[in-house]
Amino acid sequence: MSFLDFRRAILNSLKSLRKNKSRSFLTMLGIIIGVASVILIMSLGAGAQSLILDQVEIFGANLISVTPGKSGKNEPPSSVMGITITTLTYEDYEAILNKSRVPDLTAVAAMANGNSSLSWRENSYDTTLAGATASYPDVYGGEIADGRFFNREEEKNLAKVVVLGSTVKQELFGDSDALGQKIKINKQFFEVIGVMKERGQVMFNDFDNQVFIPVRTAQKLILGINHLNFIAAKVDDSDKIPQAVDDLTALLRDRHDIGDQSGESDDFTVRNAAEAIDLLRTITDALKYFLAVMAALSLLVGGIGIMNIMFISVNERVREIGLRKAVGAKNSNIIWQFLLEAMVLTLVGGLIGILVGVLLSFLASVVVNFLGYSWAFRIPVLAILLAVVTSAAIGLIFGYYPARRASRLSPVEALSYE
Amino acid sequence: MLIHLKNLTKEYQTDDLVTPVLHDLSFDIEEGEFVSIMGPSGSGKSTLMHILGLLERPSSGSYKLNGHEVGSLDDDQLAAYRNKKIGFVFQAFNLLPRTTVLENVELPLFYSHDHHNARARAQKVLESVGLGHRLDYYTNQISGGEKQRVAIARALVNDPAVIFADEPTGNLDSKSGTQIMEILQQLNDDGRTVILVTHETDTAEHAKRIIQLKDGHIVSDQAIKHRRRAKDGELLK
Repeated sequence: MSFLDFRRAILNSLKSLRKNKSRSFLTMLGIIIGVASVILIMSLGAGAQSLILDQVEIFGANLISVTPGKSGKNEPPSSVMGITITTLTYEDYEAILNKSRVPDLTAVAAMANGNSSLSWRENSYDTTLAGATASYPDVYGGEIADGRFFNREEEKNLAKVVVLGSTVKQELFGDSDALGQKIKINKQFFEVIGVMKERGQVMFNDFDNQVFIPVRTAQKLILGINHLNFIAAKVDDSDKIPQAVDDLTALLRDRHDIGDQSGESDDFTVRNAAEAIDLLRTITDALKYFLAVMAALSLLVGGIGIMNIMFISVNERVREIGLRKAVGAKNSNIIWQFLLEAMVLTLVGGLIGILVGVLLSFLASVVVNFLGYSWAFRIPVLAILLAVVTSAAIGLIFGYYPARRASRLSPVEALSYE
Repeated sequence: MLIHLKNLTKEYQTDDLVTPVLHDLSFDIEEGEFVSIMGPSGSGKSTLMHILGLLERPSSGSYKLNGHEVGSLDDDQLAAYRNKKIGFVFQAFNLLPRTTVLENVELPLFYSHDHHNARARAQKVLESVGLGHRLDYYTNQISGGEKQRVAIARALVNDPAVIFADEPTGNLDSKSGTQIMEILQQLNDDGRTVILVTHETDTAEHAKRIIQLKDGHIVSDQAIKHRRRAKDGELLK
């Protein structure tokens, strides 16, 4: 077919679809829904993935964590399973801090966490208690709004001082000044020496809704434990991570008298954030593509709808096909007529689906941003290309059988068809 | 010689049953003739027209159109011949629904890859059948007689060698029917070959020659002594 013929045939098929507006639309609905959901899912998947990765990366990929107990590379730490393991101690932290064995670390913090009931005058509030070392801000960041963070001296001397997260400050003190006040934590008085700036959600934790006290104080006076929940260490260059991990592992094996170098007997786990990020990326990728495949299945159903309606269309137009053949239409003309109709149907449906999908993705990003997460709205170009190609292919594949049946009708039988 | 038939037969085969429809037909039709093919239903006249119009292939025998043996043409070549050489007018008009008069007449030009001035040519031939004022009407907005004139215009638009009219007045009232016969006679007067298929003697007698079929055999083939002239007077000058 020449270009002019082709153009003419496309115009004809557009016209014939316009003649059956509501039917064309209903047929396209399957394609519209399929394409829109593919785009929505790809876009939401990309957004959710970047949200998760951003949350993890906020501390930088240069973070190394040490947790008590052994766990495999891709297993969660034991503590997640609700098992308390007491193998990591403040003395381990002190040893790591003494840089002779692990020279690459720029900052190390140790944490012992629990729950606490706070009260000030008649106000009371329950929140997370973070027993931290004075080095906490060096590792995790976070700015002081008022006052100061506790120092190493206070950490060692079991000082009863507390730094409030911004939510806690509001809950206990409202607008009145908190600095210098004594609050009760689990029935013991602590002096408020600082208030943190609002930080929002980080790594899906509310950093504003917790209080910080020196880690030793937390262990001895509040929680009554001798172990740490974890140690976090930082390097200044991701290239130094493998060496630092090895050094940390060697140091802790020495300290814990573990001769086995295979890692089988370790009673601690050293991980770095980069591994966690890779793992998360793998999981979210898999999820994203799985959902996209599910959405693509609805495209297949839409394609069957197209085939159905094209068979009906051929049956309704048998006499027209006979007439077209009588005035000189070749079999290929008839095939193209119905094939183009099916393809125009799916392509128009596909384009509408793209619009709907992009619009829904945009609305989703607005809603998520409104909820306080930073969510980048991205038009998934790959998904759009995929949707256009897929819908055209569906038109071609599912339109072919009806079109071929139409082209094979004998002109005499078609002309006399009732 | 436009049409040359020699020992042409047609039979239909369904399962084990062979039904012969046309038996050993031989005749010629010259350019410029106006021939009626007549016969009762079941006589094979429609099948004969379908074969002459290249809509169907004969079972055996020879059919030469314009000197070309038609039996050796493939489907695409037959389609091209129908497009260029043959115009059809059917009893049921067979116009495209929800399409304008002009677009219906343009249709054969579309299949002849001849878009040059398609609109103007379709318009001209519509004017020649007195429908210049109906160009942009939809086919469901015009009368039966007008529909058949659109069909004639469509048959004429590619300037074919022969027009086949299959019971062209069968669905029309007598006045419209007269107009259609007048147009066909006018076309023949202008030199066009017209082949009319009908079972009505009155209609058949508008031609110059009648071939009578019965049970697939030609029972008579003769010139008409007292030819009818369709006169309406308003339609054509």
